[in-house]
Amino acid sequence: MERVVAATAQPHGTSQRTIHPLWVRVTHWINVVAIVLMIASGWRIYNASPLFPFSIPDELTIGGWLAGALLWHFAAMWLLVVNGVIYVALGFATGRFRRKLLPIRPRDVVVDLRAALTGRLAHDDLSVYNAVQRLLYLGVILAGVVIVLSGVSIWKPVQFQPLAAVFGGYEGARYVHFFAMAAIVGFVVIHVVMAFLVPRSLRAMVRGN
Amino acid sequence: MSRIVRPIPGVDAKLLVKDAAKLLPNAARRRFLQGGASLGALVLLSGCDVTDGASADDALRAISRFNDRVQALLFNPNRLAETFPESAITRPFPFNAYYAEDEAPEVDGADYELAVGGLVQEKSSWNLEQLYALPQETQITRHICVEGWSAIGKWSGVRLAEFLKRIGADTRAQYVSFRCAEDYSTSIDMATALHPQTQMTFKFDDAILPRSYGFPMKVRMPTKLGFKNPKHVVELAVTNDYPGGYWEDQGYNWFSGL
Repeated sequence: MERVVAATAQPHGTSQRTIHPLWVRVTHWINVVAIVLMIASGWRIYNASPLFPFSIPDELTIGGWLAGALLWHFAAMWLLVVNGVIYVALGFATGRFRRKLLPIRPRDVVVDLRAALTGRLAHDDLSVYNAVQRLLYLGVILAGVVIVLSGVSIWKPVQFQPLAAVFGGYEGARYVHFFAMAAIVGFVVIHVVMAFLVPRSLRAMVRGN
Repeated sequence: MSRIVRPIPGVDAKLLVKDAAKLLPNAARRRFLQGGASLGALVLLSGCDVTDGASADDALRAISRFNDRVQALLFNPNRLAETFPESAITRPFPFNAYYAEDEAPEVDGADYELAVGGLVQEKSSWNLEQLYALPQETQITRHICVEGWSAIGKWSGVRLAEFLKRIGADTRAQYVSFRCAEDYSTSIDMATALHPQTQMTFKFDDAILPRSYGFPMKVRMPTKLGFKNPKHVVELAVTNDYPGGYWEDQGYNWFSGL
């Protein structure tokens, strides 16, 4: 209770500085909905013909059966792609990607990763990403691009034959699509754990500061 | 803060949850409680006006019809599916249907007749001898199942476009529908029906189509998912009334183009 009052009573000043502009917050939360729907329906689709000797528990999937999961997957794809295109376009246009994600120096990554793993990485200034964050955020954006392009290759391997060929044809694209999903899920796990370890970052993604 | 959960004496926790679930109006909520917070139920619960399973389904099917139109626009009538060398053929080629292999329809080739209907000039039916006399060609292409797996096979037969020309079909019509011996059905857009690789198939791997692969005739189209490639076809019709299909009516996307 006290904390809520203190936060709202803060005057406009340095602490009210916007860390995440509105477009970042809106596209972030739409993306949350989109990727939850895509992954949960995608897991059900995976189960219809698993690439590896394991299936995903049905309780973690949506759609109820293959047709239902496909309906969800090919509906949520529009949300994912339209929102993703807006995010990436604004990321370039506003210079946010360049400002926030670059440069990434291997030395900094090693130093920051060591600090993070020993619990000594500071998060004093949320507006500046450390080297590990930069690497992960850039990585997940690239994984997002790969998962969409490999997904298009699975959906339309004849119409987009040259694109599918980049992933090794239809069957290759299925594997690429799976591993891109695995990379995104891995990112989400780390991302959510970190958001709860540094709750101010969650507040910044909701309120902007 | 620690919480100690003590069972209430005389109350069976499972029965209590079951009773509570019964009071809730919709099936998704009941499943949510009974099934123990499945992600599907969570999504349904968190949606604003999609808490009703039926309206969510309606919305998804509306988007699926929108996707039909997008796919029709993406479909390039001149774009050929990739073809493969003999060595790439998947052996044995997988059997797949909604029935077991030994339950595949048995069609007597001597009695077989392909019925032709709808917007065509020549409505007389065709027997196997007449069909086999049509100009045939062979393709080695990838068959892709809606389940995700794929296999490469070799099919021979006559172009559907050639057959449609011979029966005087109105190729400005929207759909070509197929009915099968065991009452399976599916339908395709005219653009796909006229595609050079869409084939009325009589042979698999240079031998007369075996029963499990659709004797005496299947329709092969490497530009659509496997379930759009009907086996044991006994009737073909050209129409402007959306014909749907066995799987399509249950929620699979109608266009299902590749």
